[in-house]
Amino acid sequence: MAIEKSRRDFLGLAFGSVAAVGGVLALGAMKATWDPLPSVMAAGFTTVDLSTIKPGEFRKVVWRGKPIFILRKDKTKFKKCDNRDTKLSEKDFLVVIGLCTHLGCIPEWLPDQNKFYCACHGGEYDACAVNTFGPPPRPLDIPPYKITGTKMVLGELGSKCKALIAKNPTNKAS
Amino acid sequence: MMAEIRKAKGIMDWLDQRLATETLTKVLMTEYWIPKNINFLWAMGVILTTMFGILFISGLFLLMYYKPDTKLAFDSVNYTIMQEVYYGWLWRHMHAVAASVVFLVIYIHMFVAIYYGSYKKGREMIWISGMLLFVLFSAAGFSGYMLPWGQMSYWAAQVITNLFGAIPFIGPDLVVWIRGNFFVSDPTLTRFFMLHVLLFPIIIIAAIVFHFYSLRIPHVNNQEGEHFDFDEEAEKYKAGKKKESKVIPFWPVFLSKDLFVVGVFLIFYFYLVGFNYEFAMDPINFEPANYMKTPTHIYPEWYFLWSYEVLRGFFFPIAGLKPFTLGLLGFAIANIVFFILPWLDRSPVVAPAHKRGAFNIWFWLMLIDMIGLAVYGKVPPNGVYVLGGTDITPWFGFTFTVGFFILLFIALPMITIRERKRAGGAK
Repeated sequence: MAIEKSRRDFLGLAFGSVAAVGGVLALGAMKATWDPLPSVMAAGFTTVDLSTIKPGEFRKVVWRGKPIFILRKDKTKFKKCDNRDTKLSEKDFLVVIGLCTHLGCIPEWLPDQNKFYCACHGGEYDACAVNTFGPPPRPLDIPPYKITGTKMVLGELGSKCKALIAKNPTNKAS
Repeated sequence: MMAEIRKAKGIMDWLDQRLATETLTKVLMTEYWIPKNINFLWAMGVILTTMFGILFISGLFLLMYYKPDTKLAFDSVNYTIMQEVYYGWLWRHMHAVAASVVFLVIYIHMFVAIYYGSYKKGREMIWISGMLLFVLFSAAGFSGYMLPWGQMSYWAAQVITNLFGAIPFIGPDLVVWIRGNFFVSDPTLTRFFMLHVLLFPIIIIAAIVFHFYSLRIPHVNNQEGEHFDFDEEAEKYKAGKKKESKVIPFWPVFLSKDLFVVGVFLIFYFYLVGFNYEFAMDPINFEPANYMKTPTHIYPEWYFLWSYEVLRGFFFPIAGLKPFTLGLLGFAIANIVFFILPWLDRSPVVAPAHKRGAFNIWFWLMLIDMIGLAVYGKVPPNGVYVLGGTDITPWFGFTFTVGFFILLFIALPMITIRERKRAGGAK
């Protein structure tokens, strides 16, 4: 009896270990299959050539399914601000995520009125994308980006951008 | 011992020798005993089973033409199925309307159980497996709503998957992992398609079987919450004392009446399918999904409105917690709190609410509160009701939300502890 019992214990233990190892490996494979594909991850970076943007030009690019607003402000009447604009030699750019911080609608840039206007609930932001009217709780968020030469890569966090985000404690994007 | 196989007297006998069909029929049908003292509200379970069958069958035909690809999904539903496929519109309306009314019947089923105290004194597993089915149906509803890839499909998916972002530390990565991309897109659609047409239906079928099984030992409750010996009553019935016996067999006596109720319900259901299906087909969803354009007002289907309102209900910080965090916590608790209802009710009394004094008031307040939550879940968050220059809109949702938690976590235990003491101490 004693021998038989220990034999069965051995069988149980052996099967238990094989099943546990197999189970963990299977879970690992399942988790990895749900992971975003390498092509999707690679597409998570958007490169913009800032030298092609003229003074006063407003450009909308797409990064990770979100609209990114780029506004070049030097040599214009648009309000500038050191804590939110990024400088490239003498050029002055505002780079923000174009989703209203109230409920995520996409605001519109009104150059004549020098402001962003959100049609959903009437929120307004100045040319620095700081909320000035309506329900938005905070300025538009600054996305992570890195500038190398005249090229800006959205999705990588460069030192300039990091410093700007540090000056905006309410910034949610990372 | 293997059964002795004789020359069969007929096809039933042939089957019985091999599958014990006679015993099986007795166990599942003719000698499965149901109390006599019940009413039409006891037919909700069979109605739900029927509705699941309708969802399954209509789903099969939709699956023949549906294409789970962000470039093709919208047209495969709105052109191919709705305009080309013979009776394609019928399957779609049946599927959409059934998905909606199935929740109506689930809520009735739940509130009937609460009213008659059918969730306690040995019936806890019936209640818990039923709640599990509620959660599974919610998951199936949410994943299915994504498939037509309209504006409401898209933004509902965006908002709901975003909620996981609030989980500390892993939140933002978890959102990307669930979506399979940084935003709701093709990989999101294909994985939720898999869940909707395969995994969820299989788990739901298993959970339905378990729910039925969980009724066997404690038996179905009755209108008065009366406790009696089912074996004794069954013997009376079998001895021919049918009038005296307190039970009836599931088949044919109970089911014949149940099927009559199912018939009445199906007439109402097909009336909706044919003539009044708009409530299940939001007009915003007839615009293709556009990730660059948010609809101005996003709201869920009616059956999620009450918990959605709990999510939005908090709008100012309390005890250092941000409204967003509070809303999310409230939402998470609201979705699982009914699982522990048998333990929030501290009284052993099983009786209809109208015979339980304060519990009766609690029951109706709970129902009104949840309807209130659902009504305000559809109202835009601000600017609808203004009183003397102050926007009082968010206060309605806040009041119903706080009321919901007070009723469940404070009022219910207090009322039922008092009831237990009056009934003669703890049991």
